[in-house]
Amino acid sequence: MTSQRLLAFGLKFYIVVFFAYLFLPLIIMSLATFNDSRFPTVTPWGGTTLRWFGELWHDGGMWHALSNSLMVAAGVLVLAVPIGISSALFLNTVSSRAKPFIYALILSPLLTPGVIIGISTLIFWRQFGVSGGIFLTVLGQTTFIAAYVMLMVMARLQRFDRTMERAALDLGASQWQMFRRILLPYLKPAILSAAVIAFLQSFENYNTTLFVAGYDTTLTVYIASQVRTGLTPAVNALGLILILITVVLAVVYELKRRREVAAMARLKGG
Amino acid sequence: MFRQLSARFGSPVAMAIVTLLGMWLIMMVTLPQLQMIEYSLRPNLLPAQIGGPDDRLTVANYVTLFNNDIHRAIFLKTIWSSVLVTLLTLAVSYPLAWYLAKVATPRQAALCILLLIVPFWINEILRTYSWFILLAFRGPLNEVLLALGLIERPIRFLSGDAGVMVGMVYAYILFMVFPLYNAIESLDGNQVRAARDLGAGTLRTHRRIVIPHAKPGIATGCIMVFMLAAGSYAVPALLGSPGSRWFTQIIYNWFFEGGNWNQGAAYAFLLLVLCIGFMSLVMKLFKVGLGDIAK
Repeated sequence: MTSQRLLAFGLKFYIVVFFAYLFLPLIIMSLATFNDSRFPTVTPWGGTTLRWFGELWHDGGMWHALSNSLMVAAGVLVLAVPIGISSALFLNTVSSRAKPFIYALILSPLLTPGVIIGISTLIFWRQFGVSGGIFLTVLGQTTFIAAYVMLMVMARLQRFDRTMERAALDLGASQWQMFRRILLPYLKPAILSAAVIAFLQSFENYNTTLFVAGYDTTLTVYIASQVRTGLTPAVNALGLILILITVVLAVVYELKRRREVAAMARLKGG
Repeated sequence: MFRQLSARFGSPVAMAIVTLLGMWLIMMVTLPQLQMIEYSLRPNLLPAQIGGPDDRLTVANYVTLFNNDIHRAIFLKTIWSSVLVTLLTLAVSYPLAWYLAKVATPRQAALCILLLIVPFWINEILRTYSWFILLAFRGPLNEVLLALGLIERPIRFLSGDAGVMVGMVYAYILFMVFPLYNAIESLDGNQVRAARDLGAGTLRTHRRIVIPHAKPGIATGCIMVFMLAAGSYAVPALLGSPGSRWFTQIIYNWFFEGGNWNQGAAYAFLLLVLCIGFMSLVMKLFKVGLGDIAK
């Protein structure tokens, strides 16, 4: 029995260490923003300062990269969300011998390294005279982000009660009305979540973007190049801001998702 | 297929679905990959030579890898380092997934999952950069070790493969934790209790009950982590040094420094084959299908 208790204690201890491991690097990085030192570090502490936020504010390259990132993300949303929804509807409706093959094809971008998606996109568009830039970045990112959208929409679509569909048609709705008034509203929460994830995936992407961005540097590519060349704690200031935005988004998203799950459980129970 | 779609949604929507899906699968997923393979089988020529007598299919770009000792060594190192990263990640994640799925109360598990998801949403570059600061020569880790008297002079963590591998485990760990957690969670707790009542110890319960049940999750996690590790550019670029180059960096150099896209395409295709090979191997070893992985 004591060995059991020892194991249980060991597991608890491990969990604590694990979360420390998960958060400590991020905390140290954030702290380094406020250190008055030419290089981003916490040792030695040269005094507390906010000047790196000011430096970041006056960094034209950062603003340019940010605007590129936002444009790319908007393009990805416009393409990847409709494609993802279409694929989910397709897989949910069609039964055919070709379906397993198409399913594998749809999933394949998720199992392909990002650099390869970037390389193949770059090579493919070269014959049409298109070189790296915002347009190719949108296409390259859409290639795999559409598959994430498909998975998220599919998860909700599989729980759809198709008698609702038949009821609408029996009551005289056209197929378009049924699609517009029944199916799309039902899918709306999943579509919104998928859009949030798609936006973040696009904003954060590095491996694919690196190959297709050309001179249209996105914010993530910009951060990486700053780390490798002109490294100052301004990078940390930017990182800290991004982390704070992400944390707020993640918590809001997760709490909203949980409320939905709880509401669904209540519906089923009642 | 179109008939089934238009019977359900009407022809305009069916048309839209088929067009969007077709465009994606043909123009973005399939053709670029095929074009990359075709590219890899052609020599790197000047524009004037294209279509000329030298423009024929050849495997010369693949032979380069086997003739170039440095590239071959980096390719092999990338394979075994990625395998090591995958195994390390599995070892680190398993106790956590077990705790979340079977030991923690629902409230504790919910909190832990929230704590796991938050860093997962943070940019991979930033997560890697945070290790860059932590492991720096005059960074906090060295200072702490010095202060504790464990080392006499600072260690150059960022000059070998170890820093890269630590960074990768950190960056990709959640791709392992979540599939594992999902798989272990679906295990009936009574099976674990039964095993214990029948006298099985902790190790044996895990080896005979939990791990066999969690196979699809283990397979999914391993495939994802290996693919991410072998295909990572960010982590080795930030945490590595010229002496610890990754295969993706060689590919990048062919494109943007060597200016030989055909050669780069061949190396990229080899990386893809490596990932597909690893995936098939794991799927065969664990006897799982593609359907289990997408869950």
